[in-house]
Amino acid sequence: MEKIAKGESKMECNTTERKYLTVNPLKTCQPLGAVWACLGIHQCMPHSHGSQGCTSYLRMQLTRHFREFIPTTTSSFSEAQVVFGGVGNLKQAIRNILSIYKPKVIGISTTCSAETIGDDVPGTINEMRASGDIPEDVKVFTASTPSYVGSHVTGFSNMVKSAVETFAQKSSPNGKINIIPGLLSPGDLREIKRILKIMGIDAIILPDISDVLDAPMTGEIHLYQKGGTTISEIEDMGNSISTIVLGREAGIEPAESLKEMYDVPYEVLPLPIGISNVDKFIMKLSEITGKPIPYELEEERGRLVDMMLDAHAHWYNKKAAVFGDPDIVEAIVGYANDLGINVLYALTGTYSSEWEKTVKSMVPDAYVSSDSDLWYLKEQLDKKPVDMLFGNSHGKYLAKEYDLPLLRVGFPILDRANLQHFPIVGYRGTAWLVERTGNTLLDYKDAKSPEHLLELIM
Amino acid sequence: MELRLDIPEREKFIKMKGKHHKKEFICNTDSVAGSVSQRACVYSGARVVLNPIEDAVHLVHGPIGCASYTWDIRGSLSSGSELFRNSFSSDLKESDVIFGGEEKLSKCIDEIYEKYKPKLIFVYSTCIAGVIGDDIKAVCKESSKKYNIYVVPVESSGFVGNKAAGYKAACNSLLDLIKEFPVLKKEPLSINYMGDFNLAGEAWIIKGYLNQMGLKVNTIFTGDSNFESLKKATASSLNIVQCAGSMTYLAKKFEETFDIPYMKVSFLGIEDTSNSLRKIAAFFNDKDVMLKTEKLIEEKTKMAKPIIEKYKRYLKGKKAAIFVGGGFKAISLIKQFRELGIDVVVIGTQNGQKDEYEKIEEIADYGTVILDDANPSELEKFMVEKGADILAGGVKERFLSYKMGIAFIDHNHDRKHPLSGYEGAINFAEEVYTTACSPVWKYVKDGVNKCV
Repeated sequence: MEKIAKGESKMECNTTERKYLTVNPLKTCQPLGAVWACLGIHQCMPHSHGSQGCTSYLRMQLTRHFREFIPTTTSSFSEAQVVFGGVGNLKQAIRNILSIYKPKVIGISTTCSAETIGDDVPGTINEMRASGDIPEDVKVFTASTPSYVGSHVTGFSNMVKSAVETFAQKSSPNGKINIIPGLLSPGDLREIKRILKIMGIDAIILPDISDVLDAPMTGEIHLYQKGGTTISEIEDMGNSISTIVLGREAGIEPAESLKEMYDVPYEVLPLPIGISNVDKFIMKLSEITGKPIPYELEEERGRLVDMMLDAHAHWYNKKAAVFGDPDIVEAIVGYANDLGINVLYALTGTYSSEWEKTVKSMVPDAYVSSDSDLWYLKEQLDKKPVDMLFGNSHGKYLAKEYDLPLLRVGFPILDRANLQHFPIVGYRGTAWLVERTGNTLLDYKDAKSPEHLLELIM
Repeated sequence: MELRLDIPEREKFIKMKGKHHKKEFICNTDSVAGSVSQRACVYSGARVVLNPIEDAVHLVHGPIGCASYTWDIRGSLSSGSELFRNSFSSDLKESDVIFGGEEKLSKCIDEIYEKYKPKLIFVYSTCIAGVIGDDIKAVCKESSKKYNIYVVPVESSGFVGNKAAGYKAACNSLLDLIKEFPVLKKEPLSINYMGDFNLAGEAWIIKGYLNQMGLKVNTIFTGDSNFESLKKATASSLNIVQCAGSMTYLAKKFEETFDIPYMKVSFLGIEDTSNSLRKIAAFFNDKDVMLKTEKLIEEKTKMAKPIIEKYKRYLKGKKAAIFVGGGFKAISLIKQFRELGIDVVVIGTQNGQKDEYEKIEEIADYGTVILDDANPSELEKFMVEKGADILAGGVKERFLSYKMGIAFIDHNHDRKHPLSGYEGAINFAEEVYTTACSPVWKYVKDGVNKCV
C-alpha cells in the first residue's frame, strides 16, 4: 500500500490552494493508535517511549472518547535524553512497570523525538531479556510509530502488525479465523462476537477492546480487565484458516504479515456497517468456514430492511458529507448508498490512494480526498451545501455554523456519552444507526419548525 | 500509615502532615520513567495559557498530534472571534524532519495570511521542531516584516521541562508582544486580571464584580482576550493573579517592566472570593470602591450562603481528595471543601511549587497525605487508605475515581459550569452534592446511598 506525504499528494488530489497548512485535521498521530491497539491485548500495559506530554495527551483524548480509565506509561524524556539518548529511561521505565503495574505484556510504541534521536528500542529489550531484567513470562512487543508518518490509523496498524510478527507461530491448523477489526468501539466488537457465536464460528479477534473499555462497574478498580486478546491466541493466529480484515487501512498490513510468514490467506472487507457491507461480511464468514447463515441472522436482516423501508421517506433526497478515519468513512459511504442518501464529500486525513480509488468508485460524483481537513469542508459547504453530516465531534462547529444535523460516528467523540456501548456494525447495529439517522432528521425538523408548521404525524 | 511505594524513587514526592518533617520533599521535576504520569508537556502549558486569545491564529509547528490533541482543548469562551477554536498545524512529515521544517513553516504563515489576514499569529515550537533545530524565531521575524503583522514565536519544545516551563514560555511571548506596543498612561482605577482563561465564562463573572466595584478591567490574561485588548494592558494600575502557577511570572515581569504592582487572589469559594475583593479594594484605597465592594460582598454572600448551607447538611463529615494542576488552586480548594464541611485527606498537584506545598502543609489537617505528580496507583492507594468519598481532579482521574466508587468533580478543562466567585461557589456545592449523593451509588456493588 503506497502512502505519500502530504506535500507531494496535494497537487493531484486536492483542489484547494492550500498546499502546506493543515487546519482542523482529520487525524491525530501514530502513538494514539498504537496505544489503542495495546489496550485490546489481555493484561497489556501500553508504554510510550518519549516525552511525558505525548502520553498525557493521548490518555486524555482516549479517556474523553471512551469515558474509561486509560493506563499508559511514559519514558518521561527530558532535555538530557534528547541529547544523550533515551535508552536509560526506557530501561528504568521497564523495571518500574514490571514492579508496579505487573503486566503480562508490554506494548512499546515510540514518539517522534525518540525516533529522531534514534533509540534502539528492540535492541534494548533484547539486552534486558538477556540480562534477566525482563522475566520470561512477560511478553514485550515494540513498534516504530513516529508522529510525522501517517496518522493514528497507521500507528494502530503498526502496533497490531508488530504483535502478529512478534508472537504468531505455526503449529497445527486450529480451524479458526482471524479478524482484525480496526478502530471499532467496544459495542461493535461485542456485536461481532455475537454474530460469530450465532454462526458457530471460532475466531481470534486482534485487538479486542470489548470487556476492557466497556467493563462493568463493580466498585473495584482493576488495572487490567478480563478482556483483550491473549498472547496464546495471537500465537495461534498462524494456524488459522484465513484472516478477515475489517477496514483495509487499519488492518491490511498485519494480515499481509500473517500471509507472508505463515501463508494464512486474507480477505479485505469494509467495516460491516450498512446492509450491503454486513451482507459481505456474513457471506464471507459463511464461505470461508462453510457454516450456513443461521435463520436468526436472516430475521435480523429482514427487520433491518423493514426499518429502512418504514423510514426511507425521512431521508429522501438528502445530501451528506462524511468525514473521519478512512475505514469508517468508507463504510458510512456504503451505508449512505444503501439508504439513498447522496454523499457529496468523503474526507479523511490518513493518506491512501487505494482508499481514494475505492471510495471514488462508490460515489463517483462526490469529492473524495484522503489528504483533507475540516477547514476544506467548511470552504466547500459555502459553495455546495449538504443537509447532514456524518463524522466525529469536531464537526459540531460546522453543524452549528451551517445549521446541520450531525450524526456522531467514529473517533473522537468528545461530547456525547455512552455511544461506545452501542454497535453500528452487523444488522442490529445498522438498525440502530438507521433509527438514529431517520430520527435525528425528524428531531432536527421539529426543532426548526415554527409552531404553525409543527406536525404530529411524521 | 506507611508511605511506602512500589517505585522507591517516588517516595521523595510524598509526605504526610505531622510526619517526616525533616524528610526531603521533591516537586516540580520530571516524572519518574515508567509511571503513568498525569503530566503534560511544555507546549501544552504554553498553549493553554495563550489559546484563549481569540482572534489570533495559533499555529503549531510540529507533527499533527501536538495540534490535534490541543484543538479547542479548554472550554474557553469568547465574546468575539472564534478563530482560536480552529487547529492550525504545519503537519511536519518525515521529509521535513530530515531536511528541516523552516521553509514549510514560512509557507504555512503565507497561507494563513492570505486566507485570514490576522493581526497576530503565535507559532509554537514542539519537541520535534526543537530536536531538528528549526529556527522558528528567524522565520517569525521574517514573516512579521513581510506582512507587517505580529508573528510571535513560543519556545515550547516539549522536552525542555514540564507544563510550568510552558507557562513561562507563553508569558515571555506575551511580554515580547506587549513590549512592542506603545506604553499607555496609567488609569487610576483600572486593573488587569491575570490567570483566568474564561472556562465556562468564569472571567465574565469576576469582571462583573470588578466593574460593580467601580474598577475598569483593561485586559484579561487571557480569557476572552484579543489583539486589541492586549494593547491596553499597560494602562492598568494593578495586576491581580488568579492562576498563580501560570501567570505570577508575567505579573512579576509587568512589575519590572511597566511598574505595575501585582497581588495574588483567589475566587474559589466564598471566603477566598470576599477576601480577594477586599484586598483589591484596599489597594486602591478609594472610599467609593470600598463601599461598593462591601455592598457587593454582602449581597452576594446573602445570596450564596444559604444555598451552600443547605448542601453542607448533606455533605458534612465527608472526605475529599484533591488532585489538580497547580498548588495555589489546591490551597483554595481545601478551603472551599471546608466551607461545605468536607475534610480534605489527600492533596496532590501536577506542578505545584515548593512554597505552595509549604502553605498546603500549613493549612492541611494532621495526617493528610501530600503528594507531587501522583500516578494513578498512588492516588488509588491513598484514596482508599484515607477513605476519600470524592475526588476533585481532571479528566484523566475522572474514571479512575468512578471505578473505585468515589464521586468526582472536574476542576480542570472539562468543568461543566463556572466554579469562580459566589455563583461558582454555588455551582461547586451543587456539583459536589450531585456527584457525592447520586442515587447511582446505590447500585454499585456493596454501595450505599452515601447521603441518607
